[in-house]
Amino acid sequence: MELTTEPVLQAEDVSVELGGLPVLRGVSLTVHSGETVALLGGNGSGKSTLVRTLLGLTPLRRGHVGLFGADLAAFTQWQRVGYVPQRSTINLTRAKVSEIVGSGRLGHRPPFLPPTREDRRAVSEALDVVGLTDRAGAEMQHLSGGQQQRVLIARALATRPELLVLDEPTAGVDLEHQRILADVLAELLRRGMAILVVLHEIGPLAPLVDRAIVLREGRVVHDGDLPRATSELHDHRRIEHGGHEYGAEDETAGRPGPPVAGPLDIRNGTPS
Amino acid sequence: MINILSYPFMQRALLAALLTGLLAPAIGGYIVQRRLSLLGDGLGHVAIAGVGLALLTRQAPIPVAVVVCVAGAVLVEVLRQRGKATGDVGLAILFYGGLAAGVLMSAFAGGGTGALSQYLFGSLTAVTAGDLVVIGVLAVVVLVPTIGLAPQLFAVSADEDFARVLGLPTRLYNIIVVILAAITVTLSMRTVGLLLVSALMVVPVAAAQNLVPGFYAALGTAMGIGVLVSVGGAAGSFYLDAAPGALIVVFAIAVFAISWPVSAALAKRRTAPMIVAEQADHPQIPPPHVLAGSHPHHHGDPDCDHLAVTHGDHVDYVHEGHRHAAHHDHYDEH
Repeated sequence: MELTTEPVLQAEDVSVELGGLPVLRGVSLTVHSGETVALLGGNGSGKSTLVRTLLGLTPLRRGHVGLFGADLAAFTQWQRVGYVPQRSTINLTRAKVSEIVGSGRLGHRPPFLPPTREDRRAVSEALDVVGLTDRAGAEMQHLSGGQQQRVLIARALATRPELLVLDEPTAGVDLEHQRILADVLAELLRRGMAILVVLHEIGPLAPLVDRAIVLREGRVVHDGDLPRATSELHDHRRIEHGGHEYGAEDETAGRPGPPVAGPLDIRNGTPS
Repeated sequence: MINILSYPFMQRALLAALLTGLLAPAIGGYIVQRRLSLLGDGLGHVAIAGVGLALLTRQAPIPVAVVVCVAGAVLVEVLRQRGKATGDVGLAILFYGGLAAGVLMSAFAGGGTGALSQYLFGSLTAVTAGDLVVIGVLAVVVLVPTIGLAPQLFAVSADEDFARVLGLPTRLYNIIVVILAAITVTLSMRTVGLLLVSALMVVPVAAAQNLVPGFYAALGTAMGIGVLVSVGGAAGSFYLDAAPGALIVVFAIAVFAISWPVSAALAKRRTAPMIVAEQADHPQIPPPHVLAGSHPHHHGDPDCDHLAVTHGDHVDYVHEGHRHAAHHDHYDEH
């Protein structure tokens, strides 16, 4: 994979609190153009909060986020960013596929004006990339989970982004459709797009990933090659009464590869 | 019908009903999409405070109520955006506080609750020529953004986070939606009434969603249903000598009740087995034999959700826009 040095997305020392509780603590990461970065971690590790923070949907407590070299607060070129939220969080059952994908063009369309030929072309290209051209007139509720996920990807592609951010695109999608999804993402990478993808299970997307960032309890515990034993990084053992996800015994077992983010404080940093 | 139209007050009432029927479902489409179906009801209560204030100050009720209701709506939306109205309690206090204030002010004005009732359930005789001018002007004010900003308002109502990442001013659009809803609620008080207006915002939209696919088509259909039930309800209530609001809402619910089996029939037609026509036989052209790629799951299994269609003497499974047919140990592309 050919990397240019310009980072499309950069976070330094990002800390976020939700409802007074720290969710992210001192997270730094970089995504370069043409690169696929997977954001891994168990439930509650803060990965969805992190992508929401990187896109300005959740306020920063401390730190700095830069998009395409501009500070997040001053960033205006949103048509360079495509966002695919978690499918389960949105309420789009009655709308048609073409209407949903068409809303992805609104960053380019001035209010009160009808879509231009360019807008329509971008929508049909986006549907073509995800292989749903023939379902453009279907209602969202008549599609399978994997197809709905691809509709949301097409909606993000309609803006013709340079950075695509996907939040758990494989959640609730069967293996066959995950493979189709992997093919779609491979095609986007071939076109030079940078991709940041939140994953719970790495699954069929593994061959596409250039770099993995693993979060645990709001901190980066790994930033580098895809960990060999991914499953160990986010297994679901629970100790009897704490409600924390990680038992004492997997503190050391779950970290293949040298952690880049400095000393880990899982051992004594568990919030109580 | 002709003799109804000979009364000037009925001409005004029917015209007001037509505009209300057009507006309420139009803004209701976004309210339903945002899952705030009962917002209209709450704003109706706030508008009652405006009516009470107008009675007390001896002003024309519609302009005063519009101002009070818009102010209440913006307050609710700003509190929601700041995350301070997370519980229903704050909204309940505002809405029922509005109702209570309206009743009290009406009592101080000497009219009691009786003076309010024509605003709660509508009144055919109450629409003055001045009201009609105000309703007409404000109807244009509401309809232009409701239709002109339809893609933006749809995107913000359906998926606010995505709209923000598009760079849309989502807070502004959300405030526009509640302001338009507040104006619509207030304008409706002469025809359907403040206590029943929420039904005219929600029920035609629900009926339209049963009848036609897609957001924009449903929005247009809902506006048509709204006009039909409003004008029909206003005309019918002339003969029944009843408050028009009740009959309008009964008609709207009747349309919804009819739409239900239609929706079920349409859904059944969508899932009914399809039959693919066999190509006419050309003996000189052999049928193509194209193998499907690697195929981890077995069509026809209980968890297979691919549509089965009859193709000649066998069954094909519709598979991402093409068809698979079992052939020995693999699937062919048909």
